[in-house]
Amino acid sequence: MAEPTQVFTSPHVLEYPYSRSTGPVIGSFLTALRDGVLIGIRGTGGIVIVPPTEYDPYTSEETSGIVEVGPGGVVTSWAWVADPLPQHPLQHPFAWALVQLDGADTAMLHALDAGSPEAVSTGMRVTASWKPAEERVGNIFDLRAFVPEEAK
Amino acid sequence: MSQIPAAKQGHRPVAVVAFAQSHVVRAETNSNEVEMLMPVVHEVFAKAGITKDDVGFICSGSTDYLIGGPFSFVTALDAIGVWPPKSESHVEMDGAWALYEAFVRLQEGDIDIALVYGFGKSSLGDLDKIFALQLDPYTMAPLNPDLVSLAALQARVVIDQGIATEEDFAAVAARSRRSALSNEFAQVRRDDSVEDLMAEPYAVSPLRRHCLPPISDGASAIVLVAGDRAFDLVERPAWITGIDHRIETHAIGARNLAVSTSTAKAAEMAGVGEGPVDLAEVHAPFASQEAILTTALGLPSSTVINPSGGALAANALMSGGLTRIGEAAQAILDGRAKRVVAHATSGPVLQQNLVCVLEGA
Repeated sequence: MAEPTQVFTSPHVLEYPYSRSTGPVIGSFLTALRDGVLIGIRGTGGIVIVPPTEYDPYTSEETSGIVEVGPGGVVTSWAWVADPLPQHPLQHPFAWALVQLDGADTAMLHALDAGSPEAVSTGMRVTASWKPAEERVGNIFDLRAFVPEEAK
Repeated sequence: MSQIPAAKQGHRPVAVVAFAQSHVVRAETNSNEVEMLMPVVHEVFAKAGITKDDVGFICSGSTDYLIGGPFSFVTALDAIGVWPPKSESHVEMDGAWALYEAFVRLQEGDIDIALVYGFGKSSLGDLDKIFALQLDPYTMAPLNPDLVSLAALQARVVIDQGIATEEDFAAVAARSRRSALSNEFAQVRRDDSVEDLMAEPYAVSPLRRHCLPPISDGASAIVLVAGDRAFDLVERPAWITGIDHRIETHAIGARNLAVSTSTAKAAEMAGVGEGPVDLAEVHAPFASQEAILTTALGLPSSTVINPSGGALAANALMSGGLTRIGEAAQAILDGRAKRVVAHATSGPVLQQNLVCVLEGA
C-alpha cells in the first residue's frame, strides 16, 4: 500500500458559539471604566446606584439617568486578606472593601491596596487607582484597585 | 386522632414524618453521590414505613457546579430507582427549597406523599472559585472574592454596628462544636474554650478559622405527607404551619449586611412570632451570621439555638438547609419539642432565606 502523501486536517475549536451584550446600563458602566470614569444610575426617589443596575434593587422600578460618581469615596466595610488566593486581583496582602463613592447611595466591591491592615478602617477615604489608559479595555480590572486618598 | 394545628400557608396540611442524614465528613472518598445518597433514602423510607411506590412526587436540591457535570441530579435518581418512573423535579438550590416545592406540589391534592432530598460533595472542587460564579458576572465575579472574604465583609459590619463582637463569634463557634458532641452525624465535634478559639490567627480578618464552616460532604432526606395520612405513619408528625422564602438584591453593596430583611419578612409570613419557639435550627454557615439571623427571626432568648451544632459543625452544601428542617422536625417527631423553627440560607452573605415553622399536634 502506498504511503499517504497528504493528510487532511481540520481545526476544531471548543467554544460557546454565541456572544452576549452587556446592555445599555452595565455596558455604559464598563465603557466608562475604559475611560477612567465611575458612573451610577438614578433609582426610585433619585438614589444613585453604583454599580448601576437596570432596576432599583429596593423597589424593582426601572432606573434611568447616568450620573458620574467618585473617584473618591468612603469605606463602609473591609476584610484584610493576608494570603491572597491565585484568583484574587492583587497578589500581595490587600483588603476587600465596600466603597460608597462620592455621590452614590450604595457601595461597590473592589480591592483596596493599602499596604497593611493598620492602614485600613471603616469610614476611611479612598480613591480610584486606574490602569494606564492604553491598557484599559472596558472591564472591572480597568479600575486596578482603590487606594487610601492621602496616598494618591 | 390528634388535631392538626392550623397553618398560615397552604389549604392542605403537610407534615414531616421522617428525616435521615448521612454522616457528614470532610471528603467522602469511598462513594459517589448516588452511593452517598442511597442509604439515606432507604433509611428515610424505613422510618416512614413506606416504599418508593407510595411516593407521588420526588424533589431534590443539588448543584452541578460541585460535580462539574451537567444534569448530575438525574444520575442521583439511581439512589431511588428509576422504574416505574415517578413525577420528579429538581432545584439548583439547597434541598430546603426542594422541600418548599414539594410542599406546594402537595397542595394540589392528587398525591399524599413526597420525598425530598439534598446532597453535595464539596470535596470535589474549589468552593471559592465555584461560589464566586453566583455573583454579578460583570462587576463582582471577575474579582473572585472568596466565600470567607465576603463573610468577613459582613462580619465587619456586624462588629461596626455593635451587634456582636469577635468574642461573640467565638462563643457561637464553641457552643456549636460542643452541641455537636451529641450529634453523631456532625463533622466538627469538640469542646473548645472561647479563650483558645480567640488565640487563633485571622483567616480573613475579622474572621478566625473557628468562624468558618467546615468543608463537608453529605446528604439528607425528608418524607412529607399531606393530611390525616401522616397519623397513619408516625405518632407525632411535625406539621408545617408556616413556610416562606424571600430574596434580596445580589448587589451586596446595596444591602445593610448586618440586617437580614429577607429572613425577617419570611419569618413574619411563616408566623414565627405567633407562638413560643422551643428550639430553632438556624442555617448560619459563619459564626458571625448567627446574631443577624436570630434577630431577624425574632427568636425569644429562651429558644435553644442549633442543638445539632448547626452549619458550623457540619456544612454539606445543598443539604445543609434541608438538614436544619430535618433536625428541627426530629425534635417534634421524638416528642422533645412542641413548636420549632427551621431556617435555610442561599446565595452570597445571606441573600436568600427560607423560614419554616413546625408544630406537633
